[in-house]
Amino acid sequence: MQTPTMTDAMRPPFPAEPGSGVYSNKLGMWVFLASDVMFFTALIGSYIILRFGMSTPWAQPGAVLNVPLTGLNTFLLICSSVSMVKAYAAIADGKKYFLRKVPGKTLQDGGLKFWMLVTIICGAGFVGVQVIEYIKLVGEGFTPAGYREASLLAEHAAADPIKYGLGVAGMYGSTFFTMTGFHGFHVTCGVISMLYLYFTKVLPEKYSATDYRGIEVIGLYWHFVDLVWIILFTIVYLI
Amino acid sequence: MTTPPTTTHVRPNYMRIWLYLFVMTVAEVTLAFELPVGRNTKLILLLILAVWKALLVALFFMHLKFERWRLRLIFMVPLPLAAILITVVIMEKVF
Repeated sequence: MQTPTMTDAMRPPFPAEPGSGVYSNKLGMWVFLASDVMFFTALIGSYIILRFGMSTPWAQPGAVLNVPLTGLNTFLLICSSVSMVKAYAAIADGKKYFLRKVPGKTLQDGGLKFWMLVTIICGAGFVGVQVIEYIKLVGEGFTPAGYREASLLAEHAAADPIKYGLGVAGMYGSTFFTMTGFHGFHVTCGVISMLYLYFTKVLPEKYSATDYRGIEVIGLYWHFVDLVWIILFTIVYLI
Repeated sequence: MTTPPTTTHVRPNYMRIWLYLFVMTVAEVTLAFELPVGRNTKLILLLILAVWKALLVALFFMHLKFERWRLRLIFMVPLPLAAILITVVIMEKVF
């Protein structure tokens, strides 16, 4: 069997814009992503300045936030990223189907419909876990304004102000909810966009090996969201 | 209307990249909570792992490794700008 090459995988035979060498939808997405880099840089940069510019230490990693749960969520987003790129590779090879038996192999071969569905489920799962995390944190007393009075976390913080960063709890809460909230908004937009594509283009089999621009463009957005989370997870949860 | 030129690179092994990302995520969490490493060393190692993972996603999942330089530049231009933004704000805080 011939190994797929970049000829069919990376260079879709679409009309390219003169000069840039890529089609306009893809170029537009890259320009948007470049602007989004600056947006997240502003958020992350502000966080770094606020955190490391303070003389009072912030809450220690794992004291307030549930790292194992978020680690699982990170894994979910990484899985969704690989399923997205598998969806892209599947349609580049012309595989529009859901699953198909391959002679001599135990596992069935996944097509565009299968991998897109996996991506949507993982993305929705990420948002769901984040909502659960927010509900749990607010329930324990961690809000964008800091530790709520008479809450469980406020009691813990009063007993151990260094571990829970009592002096800067308000700033910790506001930066945490702003950064993860905006990222969660990006993920939600991605899931809604993929659902729209799934029902209007993927299921009716409107994509083919000769035109799969929508999959490539939404894929770029989705991988970028994953990339941003990789950075946020380290900076917000582990450091 | 122009047709993009073709290349002869093989398609990356996406599952292997996924495995690398998974292993590095486990390494990050282990390093952050289990290993007895100094705070500054831990900070540097965690940042290196995060940047490495981000690069894997950008190069192989977003296919930047195989794109034209003109397209790569679009993504690379904001990076020095981002660095300047953070440096300037840090300077403001320091002085």
